Amino acid sequence: MQDTPLNIVQGRDLSFIREVEAESGQKVSNCYQCGNCSAGCPAAFTYDLQTNQIMRAVQLGLKDKVLNSKSIWMCLSCSTCSLRCPNNIDVANVMETLRHMARRENRVNVPVMNKFWLSFLNTVRAFGRSFEIGTMVLYMLRSLRLTTDVDLAPGALSKGKLGFKPHVVPDGGAKAVARIFRRYEERARREGVRP
Amino acid sequence: MSTSMKIGYYPGCSAKGSSLDYELSSSEVCRILGIVSSEIDEWNCCGSTPAHAVSTELSAALCTRNLVQATKQGADIVMTPCPSCLSNLRHARERMQNPEFKKRVDELLDEPAPEVLPEATSVMQMIGKLCSAEDIKSHVRQSLAGIRIAPYYGCLMSRPAELMNFGDPENPTLMEELLAACGADSVLDFPLKTECCGASAGIPHRPLTSVNSGRILDVAVKMEADCICVCCPLCQMNLDLRQKQAERQVNAKFGIPVLYYTQLMGLAFGCDPKTLGLNKLIVSADRIVDRIRALNTARKEAQGGNAA
Ligand code: SF4
Ligand code: SF4
Repeated sequence: MQDTPLNIVQGRDLSFIREVEAESGQKVSNCYQCGNCSAGCPAAFTYDLQTNQIMRAVQLGLKDKVLNSKSIWMCLSCSTCSLRCPNNIDVANVMETLRHMARRENRVNVPVMNKFWLSFLNTVRAFGRSFEIGTMVLYMLRSLRLTTDVDLAPGALSKGKLGFKPHVVPDGGAKAVARIFRRYEERARREGVRP
Repeated sequence: MSTSMKIGYYPGCSAKGSSLDYELSSSEVCRILGIVSSEIDEWNCCGSTPAHAVSTELSAALCTRNLVQATKQGADIVMTPCPSCLSNLRHARERMQNPEFKKRVDELLDEPAPEVLPEATSVMQMIGKLCSAEDIKSHVRQSLAGIRIAPYYGCLMSRPAELMNFGDPENPTLMEELLAACGADSVLDFPLKTECCGASAGIPHRPLTSVNSGRILDVAVKMEADCICVCCPLCQMNLDLRQKQAERQVNAKFGIPVLYYTQLMGLAFGCDPKTLGLNKLIVSADRIVDRIRALNTARKEAQGGNAA
């Protein structure tokens, strides 16, 4: 019987680390697994792969494991990891780059996050400025979580902190913002990626 | 104070909604300190976390439009109260110096952006730059002495360090300096002052937010702070409006007021609490206002007693 060698190449995409390094401008290969990034991460308790594990998986070219992880969606972009990395890797930037790569390939493993961002951006696209109640309503419809934060409404409304009327950028400004969004989406479509 | 610099004011969306009180109090404080700025015409949303979470280029395009609008009205520098807006504006300006990136962003704009875009800074740094402690002291009518204040900056103001240029990224001190100039002598050495409160996940993932803000509130209460002092509208909303959610998450009662540093400065300057938007806070700050008054009256009486 022929020996089956341990297949460590399976599932590895060795060009992956080069792509991540090029897009983020960060030397992920310099990571020596000290774990500082994970230790200070406020979102760590929601991660399926800890930040240092993500870094290791990138080094190993485990593209699917990384781009299908929940962690890249749960990251709060607080940059604590970047600040504390002894190798000066902007780890938050790497996390964000991975999220962008996953989105473009239509791998969205924590849909509620993406739905929230899109709801917010839809209001910006429509009015040029964000609109809190509009974001909430769109998000509830998208996610079917119809009771999101209803406990906050009485307080926020009585203090005049949430307005029912959006603030629209005057003098054609809102249209200029809508044009930015339109061009962004058209280009993404041309390039065959998810906007 | 330099008067030659023209400041373009970028309020940010929350200033018109959930952080109306920040807007009211910072414009009041700036007026008193003689910091003149003009609001950027037709400013738009910077895209906040959602835009950069989705695409760096989209985020930069939204921010660049604002910087260009500021240039068009002759601003030398852009000033904003919000650290999240500031972070996005500064990131955009820096990334636009890369020609390849700029080309991609220019494609999204009505016309290519100029090669040089104005710098952006925070209202807090502008106060620190233009006003000495003596300047600030000269406006103080009611000292903040005796009020136990937990200074909390959040994660965005000082990070990334090279970009934000806000002193020690884990131990900034500008807020403490401004409060000290207003007589505050009991500002706590708050260990969580630059921890992330998790605000950006408030709507889609409540535990991620409540666990982090719960820890900040809990430590402030255990250190017997009278209030938490903040500079970020997202942190403020999260720690104040969502305080009850955090209480449920960590099974505790906090009831601690969360004020903007500009509200505390305004109180020291003797402004009417209403003009500082104090009535907009969810956890009432009435007891802070009363305590500042009571301590000042007591000090005056003690001094008067000595003189008589
Ligand atoms: S930026 Fe993301 S990965 Fe880094 S510490 Fe913050 S939440 Fe964690
Ligand atoms: S802090 Fe830096 S070196 Fe340490 S594990 Fe994280 S990325 Fe690697």
